[in-house]
Amino acid sequence: MLEVVDLTVAYGPVEAVRDLSFKVRKGSVVTLIGPNGAGKTTTLNALSGLLPVRDGKILLRGRDITRMGSHRRVSEGIVQVPEGRQVLAGMTVHENLELGGYRRPQAEVGADIARMEERFPILGERRHALAGTLSGGEQQMLAIARGLMALPRLLLLDEPSLGLAPKLVQEIFRIVRELRDNGQTILLVEQNARQALAVSNYAYVMESGKVVLEGPAEDLRSDPAVIRTYLGQPTGRS
Amino acid sequence: MELLAQQLINGLFIGSVYGLFAVGYTLVFGVLDILNLAHPAIFTLGGLVALWLVEGAHFSIWAAFPSAVLFAGLLGLILDRIAFFPIRRRADSNFSGLISSIAMAILFESAAFALFGARTVRFPANTVTNRVWQVAGVTITSLQVEIVLTAILFMVGLTQLLKRTRVGKAIRAVAENDRAARLLGIHVDRIIAFTFFLSSAMGGAAGILFGLYFDALSPDMGRSIEIKGLAVIILGGMGSIPGAILGGLAFGLTEVLTVAITGTSNLRDAVAFTMLFAILIFRPSGFLGRRSMREA
Ligand SMILES: Nc1ncnc2c1ncn2[C@@H]1O[C@H](COP(=O)(O)OP(=O)(O)OP(=O)(O)O)[C@@H](O)[C@H]1O
Ligand SMILES: [Mg+2]
Repeated sequence: MLEVVDLTVAYGPVEAVRDLSFKVRKGSVVTLIGPNGAGKTTTLNALSGLLPVRDGKILLRGRDITRMGSHRRVSEGIVQVPEGRQVLAGMTVHENLELGGYRRPQAEVGADIARMEERFPILGERRHALAGTLSGGEQQMLAIARGLMALPRLLLLDEPSLGLAPKLVQEIFRIVRELRDNGQTILLVEQNARQALAVSNYAYVMESGKVVLEGPAEDLRSDPAVIRTYLGQPTGRS
Repeated sequence: MELLAQQLINGLFIGSVYGLFAVGYTLVFGVLDILNLAHPAIFTLGGLVALWLVEGAHFSIWAAFPSAVLFAGLLGLILDRIAFFPIRRRADSNFSGLISSIAMAILFESAAFALFGARTVRFPANTVTNRVWQVAGVTITSLQVEIVLTAILFMVGLTQLLKRTRVGKAIRAVAENDRAARLLGIHVDRIIAFTFFLSSAMGGAAGILFGLYFDALSPDMGRSIEIKGLAVIILGGMGSIPGAILGGLAFGLTEVLTVAITGTSNLRDAVAFTMLFAILIFRPSGFLGRRSMREA
């Protein structure tokens, strides 16, 4: 589905991502974990075309999209649910969903919104509310639903559980699992490494803009270095 | 009493033109957070081009008006492309945009001087058939009615476009959060260009109506409305469409009432600006604040 080859992305002189390579196979969930400032969001924004690529290649289904405009990438199926949700606070829930389907034939969008409201009932109930008046968890649902409205081939999720109460975190991961079981290809960025690894097939650990470790998610869950750094020390063991 | 009623009606007519001008002005501000100081120059060129179409090309006003409005819209596209697009990704684009819009204003004004000369000109006498009605002692002309209806049509049209259409919602999305808009697949540069087209078309339309109403056009007519337009959009809340409409009407009314009360036109601008000054002190976000546009 996605292949990233020696990707370098910089803010001015500062290279936030350096020679990064990874792959996401069709139908799989791949996680990027890493400490704050590792370059995870930078990577996703480069994939979405919000940031220019300094060097390297992005291939989607074998096709080079490295220099493609951000709007066309959405048509190609790369859809990002950004960090901090970024719902359009001054527009209604319904309008946010409509704009999720912005690049699709408008005749299909109406029916899909109905389906989305069935799947996330709270969005139906609050249809005419301004998105900014929703709670954090509701906004995250809206952000995910809005992303799904674009019919993503590859869904990029940037810290979807950030800042949510434990119960809502469970809910978000339940949604991710459900999407995975329906065959949705996902590239997930999470600080909640334990849960992220539990829903993923494969994972990359990033530090300072580079991959320092990669492997099947189960393997990383039992990797001593990963446990020490990202999963915390299980109590009662030395 | 009748004099007062007459003044109120006059204020309404001129206020609708101010409102139309201000709506275009505030639209660009709402989307880009940039004050487009070339807007008054486009207002002027809209009026002058319509005049030229009537006088030089012998268009009827009904053909000249839409053609000149379209022309003004195209000027907006050029303006965006030259003054704003190249610096859009820069961190200081608000300030540098202000400067480059001043440069474009000077360019447009010079073009107007070169093409039309420095004198005041007017539409030929038979441009519009002007019927005059007396209603309860108040004089209303068909031209006034046509002006106010045209202005209202544009303002309502824009409001509905923003509220209901796909492109209108895209404009509001870009206004609120252009990064999020890009992630939704919105071609942000194209939406901004279209916003300039709409804004400038409305500015040009206001220029034509203004020229018809006062029966006078000149290459520096933008000067007289520049500060008023700014006052109106501050009054209504920067970026707010309904605010600009109401602000325009309020400003028109204040102007004529001042003339009516003091019996001279000397104080007209002074009082209007005093009011503006008071609003900036007591309610700096204007009547409606700036979120209103996004909620349309
Ligand atoms: N707009 C920017 N301008 C300059 N530097 C930036 C910018 N955004 C991020 N950076 C820098 O790039 C590096 C990578 O940041 P990035 O946001 O990609 O990290 P992240 O892995 O997503 O972190 P977090 O877990 O905190 O979200 C950091 O050093 C950060 O300071
Ligand atoms: Mg991040």
